[in-house]
Amino acid sequence: MEFLTPPPVRWLAPDADDPGPAPHTSERERLQPPAPGQNGNGHARGFLSAPRRRARSSGFAIERMELQDVSVAYSGKSAVKSVSLPVRQGEVLALIGPSGCGKTTLLRSLNRLTELTRGATLEGRIALDGVDITTIEPTLLRRRVTMVFQQPNPFPMSVFDNIAYVLREMGSRRPRKRALEGPVLDALERAGLLEEVRGDLSHPALRLSGGQQQRLCIARALAVQPEVLLLDEPCSALDPQSTQVIEDLIVQLRDEVAVVIVTHNLQQAYRIADNVAFMYLGELVEYGTAGSIFGSPHQQRTKDYVSGAFG
Amino acid sequence: MNGSAVTTAGAVVPRKKAIESTATWRRSDRLGLALCWLLGILFCAIAAAIVIFMLVQGVRYLRPSLLVTSPTAGFSESQTGGFLDPMIGTLVVAVLGLAIALPIGVTIAVWLSEYGRPFWLARVTESTIEMLAGVPDIVLALFGLLIFSSPILGFLSRTSGHVVFGRSFLAAGAMLSLVALPLIVSSTREGLQAVPAHVREASLAVGKTRFATIRRVLLPTARPSVVTGSMLGLGRIIGDTAIIVVLLGATLTLNQADNTPLLGLLKGTGSTLTSFIYQNSPTGEGNQPTKAYAAAFVLLLIVLALNAGVDLIARRRKLTTWSS
Amino acid sequence: MMQDPLLVEQRPHWWSDKRAGLTLGAVVCAAVAGVVAMLVFVVVQGWPSFAHNGLSWFGSGGSVDQQIKAMFLSGELGGHYVYTFHAWSLIWSTLLIVGIAVALSLGCSLFIAVFVVEFAPDSMKEVLQPVVRLLASVPSVIYGLIGVLVIVPFIGNHLISQQQKASVSHIISLSGYSLLAAVLILTVMIAPLMISIFADGLRSVPRHWLEASMALGINRWRTFWKVGVRAARPAVVAGTVLATARALGEAVMLAMVSGSVGFAPNPFDGAIFFFEPSRPLAATIIQNVEGLSSPPLKHTLFAIAAVLLLSAMLLSLAGWAAKQPLKRYGAA
Repeated sequence: MEFLTPPPVRWLAPDADDPGPAPHTSERERLQPPAPGQNGNGHARGFLSAPRRRARSSGFAIERMELQDVSVAYSGKSAVKSVSLPVRQGEVLALIGPSGCGKTTLLRSLNRLTELTRGATLEGRIALDGVDITTIEPTLLRRRVTMVFQQPNPFPMSVFDNIAYVLREMGSRRPRKRALEGPVLDALERAGLLEEVRGDLSHPALRLSGGQQQRLCIARALAVQPEVLLLDEPCSALDPQSTQVIEDLIVQLRDEVAVVIVTHNLQQAYRIADNVAFMYLGELVEYGTAGSIFGSPHQQRTKDYVSGAFG
Repeated sequence: MNGSAVTTAGAVVPRKKAIESTATWRRSDRLGLALCWLLGILFCAIAAAIVIFMLVQGVRYLRPSLLVTSPTAGFSESQTGGFLDPMIGTLVVAVLGLAIALPIGVTIAVWLSEYGRPFWLARVTESTIEMLAGVPDIVLALFGLLIFSSPILGFLSRTSGHVVFGRSFLAAGAMLSLVALPLIVSSTREGLQAVPAHVREASLAVGKTRFATIRRVLLPTARPSVVTGSMLGLGRIIGDTAIIVVLLGATLTLNQADNTPLLGLLKGTGSTLTSFIYQNSPTGEGNQPTKAYAAAFVLLLIVLALNAGVDLIARRRKLTTWSS
Repeated sequence: MMQDPLLVEQRPHWWSDKRAGLTLGAVVCAAVAGVVAMLVFVVVQGWPSFAHNGLSWFGSGGSVDQQIKAMFLSGELGGHYVYTFHAWSLIWSTLLIVGIAVALSLGCSLFIAVFVVEFAPDSMKEVLQPVVRLLASVPSVIYGLIGVLVIVPFIGNHLISQQQKASVSHIISLSGYSLLAAVLILTVMIAPLMISIFADGLRSVPRHWLEASMALGINRWRTFWKVGVRAARPAVVAGTVLATARALGEAVMLAMVSGSVGFAPNPFDGAIFFFEPSRPLAATIIQNVEGLSSPPLKHTLFAIAAVLLLSAMLLSLAGWAAKQPLKRYGAA
């Protein structure tokens, strides 16, 4: 029944360094890419017609974390089933999938945040720089693998104190305020927020706009000099302008930290990710470069999801 | 497998899971946690000591005869009777105080929650109730004496000639109601505000007036809150001493003002368990510690029972919630 | 609009909404007016005492006990009323007792509340909550009874040495009715109130702040203390204000335990300071209730009541003012 199967995804703006998609070469020959902005053959695939603005990674990547057969269950109910993935510095890894597929749970297991929930069990092995994370003390682990949440949640303090608070708690002795100024400004700059708040660092953090608050949270997460940065749908509560600013930021950060981002926004994943992992009902369905997942996915379910048949 | 890892050699090595331990904390953090534990245990110990002490003394000194004999003036322990009258006094004062506080409190709460216009009146009312909650009971007692001693309200207590005595169960009950009022108002308000808006809208949408909605839908739903507030208020009324000492006339037995059946009792004077304890401690004139302990034991049991009641209602309330 | 005969209750109700609203509003107005009237009447009744003494009402001079006796006698005997009254020793006693008790209780209650909400094992949490409620509902006269029959003799017989007693016996007698007893029992009395308000405030701190802090590698203690307690500062202010108001108005327990001597404890007395008797304002009223028949004493007692009332109101105001700067950073 041909009309029931979703139409194949048209890879309309192929990238220069994409190794090129997969099997159905005859189909590729037949199809002509329509001009950017237009839909081909009546199928609305608007977002894929937009050219990817950001260059792909150069390919140089250090492996930071590795997941082997990781399964997470909450009080017996399985949330993540047997997932294996690498997390590399120099790349942005996007976890995509419909609601409830376990991508947020998987993200939270990377810094052992799942342990804060009662009844959560973890199986399998997650390694940070080769060391099993369950053998690292959670507090120390979370300084190396930091997280930014969906809802911007700056503390009820000033902008300066939000970051200074995190820095103060690092060492065993309480540093002086002057010693903290440098790192605080540095973190704000890396997050691209410095110019906007430089004038008044004691401005209450909760009075910033949503996008600024989220960048403050990113600055806070960067202040501890982590190795891995986890982002849980950071732009879902923000307007498009703020989203764009944060996406630019994420791509800039990718060479300094390994970035893992969970997003339900396929366009966003397409824009910024280098590697994409598609999850469905707790299982890892497919993992590959962004080009291959969006252009020529191997699995049928991936094809269905990416083309919008469900989700 | 959780808890073990396979090494390259193939042997299974048990993996030690590192959980957050206090070893990584700073010393001041650990001291703080130790202080928490210390104070927590100390607190429990003090509470246990108080309860156990009162229990022991009560069991030692309480005899059933004390509960049914009226107190009499005397010089030694065996001559002074029991505390039946104070117990009746506590009951009368509690019923009276609650009977006055409950309608007024629920009215105020309903008005604040459902009407609330003009706005300035609502704010003033809220502030007033809050202020009332902070007024010391001794001030309420003096104020009560002031108004009940005036000739206008002389009918509420005994008068002899032109002098209004001003002290009676009615006077004490009226002032005690002010003590319970803030608790009833805040608890009822909470209960009313917890009812979701769509319930009110549903009732109004079928044509019921607002007042009928309140009477038939909201108040029955908020009934546990009203009951909780009443019991908390009751607890405060029963435990109050200052107002009783000033406004109840400090007679050992119930002294009726005149011979009308109920009103005479209410216009008369008497004592309650709290004033009985106060009088029989070394501070008062009676100075019979054994009777004081026995009465204190009974009082504590009543208060504990009220507490348990409030707990029970809170627990039952958790089982029925709105699906909103 | 045609009346549908099938619909019930179409006839207009006498008890319409407007009437109901007005009636309820009237009750509310009456209640508010009553409370305002109380304030006015108490101050008016106390005015003669203030008028006769001026500002020296608040000052020191003479023995308060003797002044009270003089007032009582002059009232009973008729003729010229004596109004001389210098309440400083009473005010100082009140400030000392309430101040020390609130400070002690604040420190302890904060730690206990943090313990109850976060760091206690679950079994202890189950035990602690009813215990807090229990202690909060014990009547003050029972605290007073335990105080006067257990604590006071203990202090009098075991803590105060004979030399200390002898050294001040020409001024006062140290018999165990003391500042120490009053402060200890008052602290235990107001702690449950503070603990329950603090605990409520701590529980309502949004979870995502605590989670964010933990996700940044801050340990549980610092997370809870630096973020949780900081976010719950309004509750801390509210609890302190309420507990202070309760302590100010505590008459019965303090009358039983602090000693019926109008003596102002002197901190420069060294260790004896804690054993000196005192007489707070509220306790003074309740101990002189028999003297209400004598007009000058009556006016003086009402003046004391007015001072208490106004302090309670000022305290509410201070609490409101303390919360304002907290609003700037969003934790209010």
